[in-house]
Amino acid sequence: MSENKKHVNSDSAMAPYFEAATEGQLLLKRCADCDKTYYYPRPICPFCMSDDTTWVEASGGGQIYSWSVQRRADPVYVIAFVTLDEGPTMMTNIIDCDLDSLEIGQKVSLVFEQREGQPVPVFRLA
Amino acid sequence: MSIKGKAYIAGIYEHPTRKAEGISLPQLHAEVARGALLDAGLNFRDVDAYFCAGDAPGLGALSMAEYMGLQPRHIDNTETGGSSYLLHVNHAAQAIAAGKCKVALITLAGKPRTGGAPPGRPPMAVIPPDFAFEDAYGPTVLNIYAMCAQRHMHEFGTTAEQLAWIKVAASEHAQHNPHAMLKNVVTVDEVVNSPVVADPLHRLDCCVVSDGGGAVVLVAPEIAASLNRPKVRVLGAGEAIKHPRGGEVDITFSGAVWSGADAFAEAGVTPADIQYVSLYDSFTITVLMQLEDLGFCKKGQGGPFVADGNLISGRGSLPFNTDGGGLCNNHPGNRGGMTKILETVRQLRGEAHPKVQVKDCELALAHGTGGYLGTRHGSATVIMERE
Repeated sequence: MSENKKHVNSDSAMAPYFEAATEGQLLLKRCADCDKTYYYPRPICPFCMSDDTTWVEASGGGQIYSWSVQRRADPVYVIAFVTLDEGPTMMTNIIDCDLDSLEIGQKVSLVFEQREGQPVPVFRLA
Repeated sequence: MSIKGKAYIAGIYEHPTRKAEGISLPQLHAEVARGALLDAGLNFRDVDAYFCAGDAPGLGALSMAEYMGLQPRHIDNTETGGSSYLLHVNHAAQAIAAGKCKVALITLAGKPRTGGAPPGRPPMAVIPPDFAFEDAYGPTVLNIYAMCAQRHMHEFGTTAEQLAWIKVAASEHAQHNPHAMLKNVVTVDEVVNSPVVADPLHRLDCCVVSDGGGAVVLVAPEIAASLNRPKVRVLGAGEAIKHPRGGEVDITFSGAVWSGADAFAEAGVTPADIQYVSLYDSFTITVLMQLEDLGFCKKGQGGPFVADGNLISGRGSLPFNTDGGGLCNNHPGNRGGMTKILETVRQLRGEAHPKVQVKDCELALAHGTGGYLGTRHGSATVIMERE
């Protein structure tokens, strides 16, 4: 594990997020005051400054907002922005797909993939 | 308080190197500083304000002031990636207008080809908060900008051929620059037939990687009056940060919508008045989005606007990056904001290459996008006038 990743894991405010990931759940943050759902998670709402924020589980559905294939990487991979059914758009990867037939607007569903010993939320075509 | 007309760009210098073997990073900073001060007719001892960004070694201004023997009373390490130096021009003009300093030096230098910048994301002293939620997906400068192009094509019908015209225009200009890394004129076909590196961007949609650097000296009006150089003054400037807003992502526009609006309002001019533009050209899509966001054409119409040579000096309606830009000339330290200022000043002085010099160029704009166009970036716009 890199030094950078060790630092991330020491952030206690994000512990529920990483614990839920081990259960196959993607957590978002929702503000109790302004009712905005946001991602990435952080304790203070970036829309209204409230510190009354709670964790909510994403349904796992979404659609591709944009994508690109890193063609010179080995292995080649797809990076994407996926707009979740709950509203926020998140950076992610699309896995197990045909690299030459991806399209914006395609429906995708959440799956976790183990990377460097950690479960990471990625998506497959639905 | 406005900065309009209250600060002049008196000195500029672009390092001729594109591969700085045997020259250290602090030496590059000092060489470009010396070059710009000599251009202005000034010396290290005249400098009372110093600006640098994340490319400077050690503690930035602290380390470089010692190396160059500067004694600044105004110091600014503002870091917004490659756009930093355009923000520095704004900040320097503000400080001069406020009477905080009279001679402001801004430097940039980098050595990605000869050491000092290992491949991949560097170790970070403090981890940014996005890291835990993005790094695992392999975000690169290339694929983040590529996703902007992908979405732009989807929403507005922009084509690879239209983007290619931006590279073609840069190459038409670069053929006249003896220092340019890529001097060969390319065609639209050559761009779209070069390998796709990150869909939908091709290899020739990308800028070069180069060593080098540059520097700018801004001075108060009374200093400018005492110097024997063409007088270029700052008319207006704006800056902004754009980020994903907690997941409210819209990557079809950049922070230029805000920085540009502020700059035009302060300068009291409109896009139609601008005779020359230097635009950040890390990739062709960067240029296209900036043109729209700065108001040179409507949102979504960047493709038709850049097509058929409209950015080529002597042919099109809006000549851009007449030094060849980052796409063909250089991109020192992977930070292109400084060279955008330098070519704008050359145009306003009438010192651009005769083959690309805009006739009677009196009003010009330089703009930068630093960081990641599709996630978080700093935008800065500076409008300048020949007096």
